[in-house]
Amino acid sequence: MAMPQSQPALPDETSPVIELSRLTKRYDGQTAVSGLNLSIAKGEIFGLLGPNGAGKTTTILMMLGLTEPTSGRVRVCGLDPTRQPLQVKRRVGYMPDDIGFYEDRTALDNLLFTARLNRIAPAAARAQAAELLERVGLSDALSKKVGAFSRGMRQRLGIADVLIKRPEIIILDEPTLGIDPEGVRDLLRLIQDLSRKEGLTVLLSSHHLHQVQQICDRVGLFVRGELIASGDVASLALQLDDDRAVTVELEVSGWNAALGEQLAALEGVLVYSSTMGTSAGDGAIRVTLRCDRDLTTTAARTVIESGANLHAVQRKQYGLDDIYHRYFEGGGPVDRNAGKS
Amino acid sequence: MIETPANPNDFARRLLRRLKGRRRPEAEDGLGISEPGTISPFWVIVQKEFGDHMRSWRFGILIGIIALACIGSIYAAVTALKDGVKTQDTDTSFLFLQMFTASDGTLPAFSTFVSFLGPLMGIALGFDAINSERGKGTLSRLLSQPIYRDDFIRAKFTASLLLIAVVLFALGLLVMGLGLFTIGYPPTPEEVLRVVLFLLVGVIYVGFWLNLSMLLSIRFRQAATSALSGIALWIFFSVFYGMIASMIDKATMPPETSALDILLRHADRMLLLNRLSPAYLFSETTGTLLTPGIRSLGPLTTEQVVGAIASPLPLGQSLLLCWPQLVGLLAATMICFGLSYALFMRQEVRSRS
Repeated sequence: MAMPQSQPALPDETSPVIELSRLTKRYDGQTAVSGLNLSIAKGEIFGLLGPNGAGKTTTILMMLGLTEPTSGRVRVCGLDPTRQPLQVKRRVGYMPDDIGFYEDRTALDNLLFTARLNRIAPAAARAQAAELLERVGLSDALSKKVGAFSRGMRQRLGIADVLIKRPEIIILDEPTLGIDPEGVRDLLRLIQDLSRKEGLTVLLSSHHLHQVQQICDRVGLFVRGELIASGDVASLALQLDDDRAVTVELEVSGWNAALGEQLAALEGVLVYSSTMGTSAGDGAIRVTLRCDRDLTTTAARTVIESGANLHAVQRKQYGLDDIYHRYFEGGGPVDRNAGKS
Repeated sequence: MIETPANPNDFARRLLRRLKGRRRPEAEDGLGISEPGTISPFWVIVQKEFGDHMRSWRFGILIGIIALACIGSIYAAVTALKDGVKTQDTDTSFLFLQMFTASDGTLPAFSTFVSFLGPLMGIALGFDAINSERGKGTLSRLLSQPIYRDDFIRAKFTASLLLIAVVLFALGLLVMGLGLFTIGYPPTPEEVLRVVLFLLVGVIYVGFWLNLSMLLSIRFRQAATSALSGIALWIFFSVFYGMIASMIDKATMPPETSALDILLRHADRMLLLNRLSPAYLFSETTGTLLTPGIRSLGPLTTEQVVGAIASPLPLGQSLLLCWPQLVGLLAATMICFGLSYALFMRQEVRSRS
């Protein structure tokens, strides 16, 4: 394994630490990742979002040089993972989705083993391991065998294991899988903390939109081997929402047919519908307007000017959730009434 | 971290110091952040594996079986030797070596035990080397550390082979020591050398089985599958192969009245068939090393023997005689290792799959 001695690119703030261009991976006829372009800047938390089998893990494996890409280019810290695997693995901490430890050894032993593989001097490794275990909240389970650990504890030990080599980038594959909501919150907070305080670049993959939304600076939506959108959560919705429609819901009592016609005739209303009986009591009616722009104020004014009572106004926009569902299920357009308020 | 006995650790360290100059300098230069006084990841894995084996129940049970078998074989050998000496029918030259080969018929000799139980040890140490790591999900974590993929399998192999060497040499030296006590007949330097060579060949032989079982552990995702196929191969070669060979021998035997060269050709063919089995190669090699009286491993005609003085061969000649067998064993080991290497390097490492 002769290794070209090209020096890694200097980590200045502007150049991306992870750069993928036209990355493709095929498994006998089946394309797992196709033509992926992605760049992640230093200090960023990037969420790779996608359903199972979308090619998230394959992409991560290619970044680490654990799988060879069929075509395309990968650069991690300016290095090619296929040609310089050791340098890349030295800089990147990877936590697989179902992390395993040597069960008959203690948490500390497992960490020290990793530290020794990374050639950290024994004394320094011990101090660092103790500090990291403290940080992930496992300091009282230090000398417990990993076999007795719960899922959440393993995951936290996994974070410590990733951090002990003092990486520049950490890649977490489904870090929140199988942990209870409280544990997820703690874990995400920990990850966010790490990224902010130590300037770590974090790449995490998940199929839980809400978790990713909480901490990621940018999100990439990954479906069937293709990155269909990337950006921060707000812009992602914008990118994917093709017709930009807004739904306005009004609860009105003292309803008359003329008002209905008036509302339906408002400029910009695409679809008008109404249902009887709402939480506001008998005689109230729920009106749903789908408009091509934000008509909340206009609609409300129309109702009030007509002398009817307005109980509630709600503006619904296309949530990321809906987009996500649409792509996950591979279905057509989403019913906007189920949108996020 | 790992409480292995000081001895192998020291050994590892010394070996490392010797190898350090040659081993992949680019890996160390390129990284530039390795701290002084730390050992290479290869030896870290070797140490850990060695420690794991030492502490495992599996190893305890194995060593128990093998030690018991060896004590039994020593007892058998000693009684056989005493009876033989009394009745004057034992050849007293190389009496010491007979500790390893003689038997009173109740229990097999030490060398037979090694040839029979050694493979079991190799298989037991190797059958779950890779697939258990895969199953536990530690493989992907380990390989995402800055180590080469081949370092991992080489380290696994080295650790197990070191352990096998320690066990075999300990047992062999124990037999020698006990022999000194019971028969009170000191060995000559040549005898000691022969025993050491025998033990070395034993390590190579067990190493072959270790490699084979590691190959199976890479090929099969389930530890049980690889263990069973390993044991099946072991039983096939140590029990059935001989039977099949003799069956073929009987079926294809030319009539006794045939010409000499036909008979010879047949014998050669049968020998070749037998020698496909590593167990046979091992028994030939150890036989030659431990019994200096063996002058040839193939058929000899009376013509060839005419004029030969029936005297034991010197060590060099014995070695020369069994050299092809030894090379054969080594080649089989290499083939297994090469195959496992090729398989493992091409395998994709995903967690628990």
